[in-house]
Amino acid sequence: MGRYAARRILQMIPVFFGTTFLIFAMVYATPGDPVQRLSGEKRPDPSRAAFLRAEYNLNDPLVVQYGKYMGKLATGDLGKTFNERPVSDLLKQQWPVSVKLTLTGLGIQAFLGLGLGLLAGLRRGGVVDKAVLFTTLLFVSFPAFVMAFILQFFIGVQGRDVFHLPVAGTTQGWPVAYILPGLTTALLGLAYSSRLTRTSIVENLRADYVRTAVAKGLPRRRVVGVHTLRNSLIPVVTFLGTEVGTIFGTAIVTESIFNLNGLGRQIASSARAGEAPVVVGLVTLLVLVYVSATLIVDLLYGVLDPRIRYD
Amino acid sequence: MRGLKVARFGVGLAALSLVVAACGGGDDDDTSSPSSSGAAEGGTSGGRVSIEISEPQYLVPTNTNETAGAEVLDALFVGLVDYDDQNKPVLTELASAVDSTDNKTWDIKLNSGWTFHNGEPVTADSFIDAWNYGALNANGQNNNYFFGNIEGYSALNPEDPNPDDDEVPPATAETLSGLKKVSDTEFTVTLAAPDNTFKTSLGYTAFYPMPKAAFSDLKAFEEAPVGNGPFKMNGTWNHKESIAMDAYADYKGTKPKVDGIDFKIYESLETAYNDLQAGNLDVMDSLPPSALANAEQDLGDRYQTFPSSYYQFLGFPTYDEKFQNIKVRQAISLAIDREAISKTVFNNTRVPADAFVNPVVAGYREGACGDFCSFDPARAKQLLAEGGGLSDMTITYNADGGHKEWTTAACNQIQQNLGVKCVATPKPSFDVLLDDLDKSAAKKQSFGPFRLGWIMDYPSMQNYLGPLYSTGGSSNYYGYSNKQFDDLVKKGQTEATEEAAIADWQQAEDILAQEFPVVPLFFGVTNAANSERVTNVSVDAFDRIDKVGISLK
Repeated sequence: MGRYAARRILQMIPVFFGTTFLIFAMVYATPGDPVQRLSGEKRPDPSRAAFLRAEYNLNDPLVVQYGKYMGKLATGDLGKTFNERPVSDLLKQQWPVSVKLTLTGLGIQAFLGLGLGLLAGLRRGGVVDKAVLFTTLLFVSFPAFVMAFILQFFIGVQGRDVFHLPVAGTTQGWPVAYILPGLTTALLGLAYSSRLTRTSIVENLRADYVRTAVAKGLPRRRVVGVHTLRNSLIPVVTFLGTEVGTIFGTAIVTESIFNLNGLGRQIASSARAGEAPVVVGLVTLLVLVYVSATLIVDLLYGVLDPRIRYD
Repeated sequence: MRGLKVARFGVGLAALSLVVAACGGGDDDDTSSPSSSGAAEGGTSGGRVSIEISEPQYLVPTNTNETAGAEVLDALFVGLVDYDDQNKPVLTELASAVDSTDNKTWDIKLNSGWTFHNGEPVTADSFIDAWNYGALNANGQNNNYFFGNIEGYSALNPEDPNPDDDEVPPATAETLSGLKKVSDTEFTVTLAAPDNTFKTSLGYTAFYPMPKAAFSDLKAFEEAPVGNGPFKMNGTWNHKESIAMDAYADYKGTKPKVDGIDFKIYESLETAYNDLQAGNLDVMDSLPPSALANAEQDLGDRYQTFPSSYYQFLGFPTYDEKFQNIKVRQAISLAIDREAISKTVFNNTRVPADAFVNPVVAGYREGACGDFCSFDPARAKQLLAEGGGLSDMTITYNADGGHKEWTTAACNQIQQNLGVKCVATPKPSFDVLLDDLDKSAAKKQSFGPFRLGWIMDYPSMQNYLGPLYSTGGSSNYYGYSNKQFDDLVKKGQTEATEEAAIADWQQAEDILAQEFPVVPLFFGVTNAANSERVTNVSVDAFDRIDKVGISLK
C-alpha cells in the first residue's frame, strides 16, 4: 500500500506541469489585451500600461512567461493579481472558505443521499422510492446557477422570515452562510448518490451473507446498518470522493452567486481579467485537490473492503 | 452562467457595470424624487448604513479610477473641489481659493486646522506630495494622466524608447516643476498650457491629499487608508467582503448624519439586489438588468433614478468608404427609433440622445444634434438614396457588456426602414474590439460601424469633445479629424470665463452636428434602490452616493 501511494503521488508531478502549462497557454491564448481590459472602454494611460507590462512580463512570448512564472513558483512566489495583491494572500483568505463550502456540501449530500437511498432501497418500488427518484432526477437536471438562484430567491428572500438564512454570506460566516450554497451543490449531486446507495442496498439485501444474518436472528437494525449498509458504501464513497472535485468546481458558480469569498469566485473573476498567474495558481490547486481526493478514495477502498489489495 | 456575466470586477467591468446600470433607470427628469415618507428632509441622526460596492481595485487616490474605489475614497477623503447640483465646480469646505488669472498659474489656498485621521495637519505638502507620487511613471498609478497638463510632467514620464521590453523608462525628475509651495496653506500650480478645465478636474479622486504616512509603505496604507474626510476606517479593508468606517469626530466640515458606513462587497448585482430585498443591505446604486422591469413595482419609492454621465453612440471608421458620405450616416441615424428601443429593450429606462455631449455637463443643449437624431424613416430612405445607397452593413458590439439586444434591435430597424441588410456582430470583449479596430485601421479594412460608450472624468463639455472627437483623442477610435473643431475645443480651454468657454465648445459641437462623424444614441441613467430603514438617498453624476446626507428614518 505504501508503494502504491508513493507511485500515485509521483504521478502527480507530470499532472502538475501539464495542467499549469495548459492553463497558462489557454489564458495566454484568450484574445485581447489584459491591460486594455483593465481600463474598460478608455485607453490605458501609457505610463500605467508600460508599468503593468513590465511588472507582469506581458511582452514576453508564452514560453518565456511560463518559465518566469515557474521560476518564481519554485521560490514560493505565487505571483500577484493585476491590482498587486499577492496570490498567497488570496489563498490564505479564500482557501478556508472553499474547503468549508465543500465539506458542508459534501456533508449535506452524504446525509441526504445515504438517507434517501437507504429509504428507497428498503422500500423498493414503493411511494418513497418513486418520490425520491422523481425529485432527485428533477434536481439533477437543473444547471447549477438556476438551482442557486432558486434557493437564494425562495429561501433567502421570500422565506427570510421562516428560514433566516443569509442571501450573501459576506459577513455571517460558517455555518449559516454556507447552508444555501452547500445545499445547492448537494442537490445537484443528490440523484447520483441516492441512486447509487439505493441500487447497492437492493443488491446487497439479496446477498447470501445478509440472508444468513437474517436467518441467525440478528435484529433488523444490525442487518441493515452493519451487514448491508457498510458493504453498500463502497461505490457511494467513490462517488462522494470524486464529488469533492465537482463541488470545488461548482464553487465557481455557487460562490459567485452567494457572494462567498472563495477560490471559485476568484477564478471566475481572474479568468475574465486574464490574470494568468492567479488562474494558473488556483486551478492547479483545484487539480491537485481532485487528484488527491481520488487517491484518498482509492486508498479508502482497502479500508472498506479488505478483499481489495494493492501490490 | 447568466449570473456571472453581470458580476463586476476591476476597472474594466466597473466601467461596463455602468453600462449595465445605464440599461435601466426611469424618467430622465425624475432626478431627485424624495422619499414619500414625508420625513425626507429630516431623518434621524446616528446609526449605521450599509452600501453595496464591488471589490475596489485600489484604495489610493492616485490609483483609483473605478466607481467602487471612488465611492470608498469619497467617504474617507475631501479634496479641493466638489460639484453643485448643476455639476459646476464649487470649492469644498477645505479649500478657500482656487484661482487663476490666466488659466495657466493656479493659486490654491487651504483653510487651516484640518487634520488627517491620524492627527497630521492637512497642508500644501499633503497635496504636492500626493500629486508628485501620482505623476511619476515608475509608480504606475492609474490616474497618472490627470497630472499630464502640469508643468514638468514629461520629465516624470519620458517616451519609452523600447516599448516592447520589460523596462519602465527612467524619469529625469521626481517632482513636478509646476507645483510650488508658498506656505503651509497655499501652493501654486503652473500648467504647461492654459486650461480652464483644471479647476473642474480637481474634483476627481486623483487630486485628494495624502498624509506623510502613506508614502513610507503605500501597500500598508492601502489596507486602511488614512484620509481627511468625514469618515475614517474602522479596522482594515476586508478584501472582497467588507469595508467598515466610522464618522470622524474631528472633521471640520459638515458632519455626516450617520455614525458609520459598512460597505458590503458583492461580486454579482443579482445577489446584492436579493440581499437588499431580504433586508440585509441598505443602498445600492446600480441595479441588475433582470431587476429593472419590476423594480418600481417591487420597491415603490425606494427605487430612484439619477442622471448619469454615460453616453452611447455608433462610431464610423473614417477610412470606410461605404460610410464616408455624410448622408449615409444621417440616414442610419434617422432609421433608428431610439424611443422604441428605450421602451422595449431597456424597459423605458434609457434616454434617447439628442446631442454629442451628455446633459449632465454645463453647455449641453437639447437637440444640439439637429433633426438627424430623431426618427424619420421616410427622410432616412431619401437621404440614403441621395448618399449613394448601401447594400448591407453590420453593427459591431462587445459581447461582454449587455449590448446584444439593443444592437440587434437597431439593426432590425435599419433593415426594416432602409432595406439595408444589417447584422449585429459580436466581438468577445471590448479589448478585443479595440484590438481588431487597430488592426483594421492599419490595413484600412473596416468592419463597419461599432458601438461605443463614454463616462466622463470631470463634468465639462470638453471632457466629451476632447477625448471623443479631437484629432488623436484618447477614445477617438474612428479617426475623426477636423482642424477647426480641434482649435475651438482648445480655444475654449483658454477662455477667461466659463461662458466664453462654453460658447466655443458649443460652436465645436455645431461642427459635429454638420459633419455627423458618429450617431448619438442614448444617455445613461443611474438606478438606485434602498432599504426601508434609510432615507435621503441621492447619487451624483459620478455614481457616488451622498454619504454625508444619507440617514436612517
